[in-house]
Amino acid sequence: METPIQLFKKQEKIYPKRVWGKFRKLKWVAMITLLAIYYGAPWLRWHRGDQSPDQAILIDLNHSRAYFFGIEIWPQEVYYITGILILAAVGLFFVTSLFGRVWCGYACPQTVWTDLFVWVERLLQGDRNARRKLDESPWTFGKIYKKGLTHLVWLMIGVCTGGAWVFYFNDAYTLLDQILNFDVPWSVGGWILGLTFSTYLMAGFAREQVCTYMCPYARFQSAMFDKDTLIIAYDELRGEPRGKHKAGDSWENKGHCIDCDSCVVVCPMGIDIRHGLQMECIACGLCVDACDNVMEKIGLPKGLIRYDTESKKPFNPLRPRTFWYGGIITLVGCLMLYSLLTRSPLEMNVIHDRNPLFVKLSDGSVRNGYNITIINKRHEDKNYALSVQGIENASIRVQASSDISADNMPVFADSVGHFRVFITAAKQIDHRREIIFKLSETDSDIIATKDTIFVSEGR
Amino acid sequence: MVDLNKPTDRDEHSGVETTGHEWDGIKELNLPAPRWWLIVFAITCVWALGYWVVYPAWPTLSGNTKGSAGWTSYKKLAAEQEEINERRGEFAAKIKTHSLEEIQKDTELYAFAVAGGKTMFKENCAACHGTGASGGRGYPNLNDDEWLWGGDLQSIYHTLKVGVRSGHGNERTSQMPAFGEILKKEEISIVADYVLSLSSANGASGQGASLFQQNCSSCHGNNGQGGREFGAPNLADAIWLYGGDKASIMQQIANPRHGVMPAWESRLPDATIKQLSIYVHSLGGGEAEPRKQ
Repeated sequence: METPIQLFKKQEKIYPKRVWGKFRKLKWVAMITLLAIYYGAPWLRWHRGDQSPDQAILIDLNHSRAYFFGIEIWPQEVYYITGILILAAVGLFFVTSLFGRVWCGYACPQTVWTDLFVWVERLLQGDRNARRKLDESPWTFGKIYKKGLTHLVWLMIGVCTGGAWVFYFNDAYTLLDQILNFDVPWSVGGWILGLTFSTYLMAGFAREQVCTYMCPYARFQSAMFDKDTLIIAYDELRGEPRGKHKAGDSWENKGHCIDCDSCVVVCPMGIDIRHGLQMECIACGLCVDACDNVMEKIGLPKGLIRYDTESKKPFNPLRPRTFWYGGIITLVGCLMLYSLLTRSPLEMNVIHDRNPLFVKLSDGSVRNGYNITIINKRHEDKNYALSVQGIENASIRVQASSDISADNMPVFADSVGHFRVFITAAKQIDHRREIIFKLSETDSDIIATKDTIFVSEGR
Repeated sequence: MVDLNKPTDRDEHSGVETTGHEWDGIKELNLPAPRWWLIVFAITCVWALGYWVVYPAWPTLSGNTKGSAGWTSYKKLAAEQEEINERRGEFAAKIKTHSLEEIQKDTELYAFAVAGGKTMFKENCAACHGTGASGGRGYPNLNDDEWLWGGDLQSIYHTLKVGVRSGHGNERTSQMPAFGEILKKEEISIVADYVLSLSSANGASGQGASLFQQNCSSCHGNNGQGGREFGAPNLADAIWLYGGDKASIMQQIANPRHGVMPAWESRLPDATIKQLSIYVHSLGGGEAEPRKQ
């Protein structure tokens, strides 16, 4: 009987061994920087006037605003988010075509938090062999203590992760006060709990399974690779035939790989890089560090495992692929910058009445009604003057509680003003006349225009 | 009884135990549902048991089990309506106590009254005046600037309360004689020409003018400008309640129609009538102060 086909591969627990080297150092630096940004960013302040929140990065869902330092986005400007997403995606493609999956190895939240969790595990339970032995040993008080403490710390990290997330959507200082008093809305509590759980699950248990099976990016990254992309490569020509080597023996007819398995035991993905480029590899370079340390010890040149191109040619960043990606980034970036710099602080929308379309007045003239929305994106109260073009001798009246003239329509800072406007004019020859509303800030030359119609007679 | 000692039959290709069932050489594998699925299933079963106790669940001969929480969709509706009333409460109370002028001056209260009035207009008034309040033949357009009974807030409020020819003790009423019995058909035609000439460049005969002065001017005024104290329409403007062509005018002179509006005082709460007044006044033709004509 042949070996049965297994459709499901059980997760084999990986015990990554501690390693030290330049890539490990880089990973620590990346982790600390990224975590510092994640936890620190909501606490930064940015003054925007008295009537707007002063949090530098804030997505204020209740008031439908997103703030990023000097930039403020209204719901209708959500295309900026689209632009950021395009930039992020193409940026990822760009980096991947150059250096392979370094995003996965250094910057991805899954990697960063898994790294943090493994560090906790190592601190409390010891290194690879100790952890493995602990797992195999029977349940004693010591094991319960070590395991329990590990899970407790993991959960605490999870709480902090979810706890920091909610600060991006609320004023951080106010919310912290609320959280410390256990007085939070369900939405906030739910997010904290949900992210605590997902962090605990993903970084504590799922780990490399996420990268191998769940992440779509891991699946299509190969489309961004070519023969000149930097990948982690084992130098087969130099390493093979591998075998144990005693100090003092000759290297004649022997490869430089001494089959010490150092590269395998440090791998957080649990693979053997000597099998060549594999789907699981997240290009973190820990095996490079491990192998270099061994090579140094046995007095051979470093770099048996190294970042290298598949073609083995020297790394060349100037390739058509990188130009394309770079070009798209530049284009989208310039478009976004242009639209941000030319963003008008004033917008107007005009809705012509549908019922009635027009009103005939006693003197034979005709009146049309409009609902006008003025969006004042400035951080100060503003007054606007409305005029109409394309129709002769038209009078404009604003219907409101107080006396508001069309020359002086006030809108509060950072808000939307709604006005009911009547245009009265002589009956026009064309039943449906195209006219233009023009709105200008009374104390500047900023204007907004909108095409609309003036109806004089039913069909 | 299942013979536990009997060697289980295993599928050659997958190595999975079979159930022993076989159809045309195809065997059914014994693949149990995944553990997580079973656990979720068990949890939902337990949940359902609790649900049956707490919520209405099972039909009985005379209705259904009530559930310990006493939840019903009627109660939920009532609670939600109560919530809406509470939310409106502050403004609704102010509408009751404030005068029309005070409501109009308070920006927030005014917006509340206009919005509420709009809804109530659709519920109570739209049947005759139309959803856009633009009326129709015989039903006044409330958007324009022609008011039979006055277009300021107080006049609109009063008209709403007492109605027109409604039978209310204080009703707005006017009566135009049927001139079909007084004037000859030719004379009606001549007067109609004269009336039309008041609002257009058409010429009119001197006979028309004298007929108008004799029969119509006492209510409609010497120049046909109408009079609100009698509810006499302005005949010199561009707005015609019963049509502005000659045939319609002749018909109205010979056999006038008189519209009726119910008195809303006894039908709607005062606060609602206030909101309706504010809404109608806001439609564009509202007048700032009472005027005679």
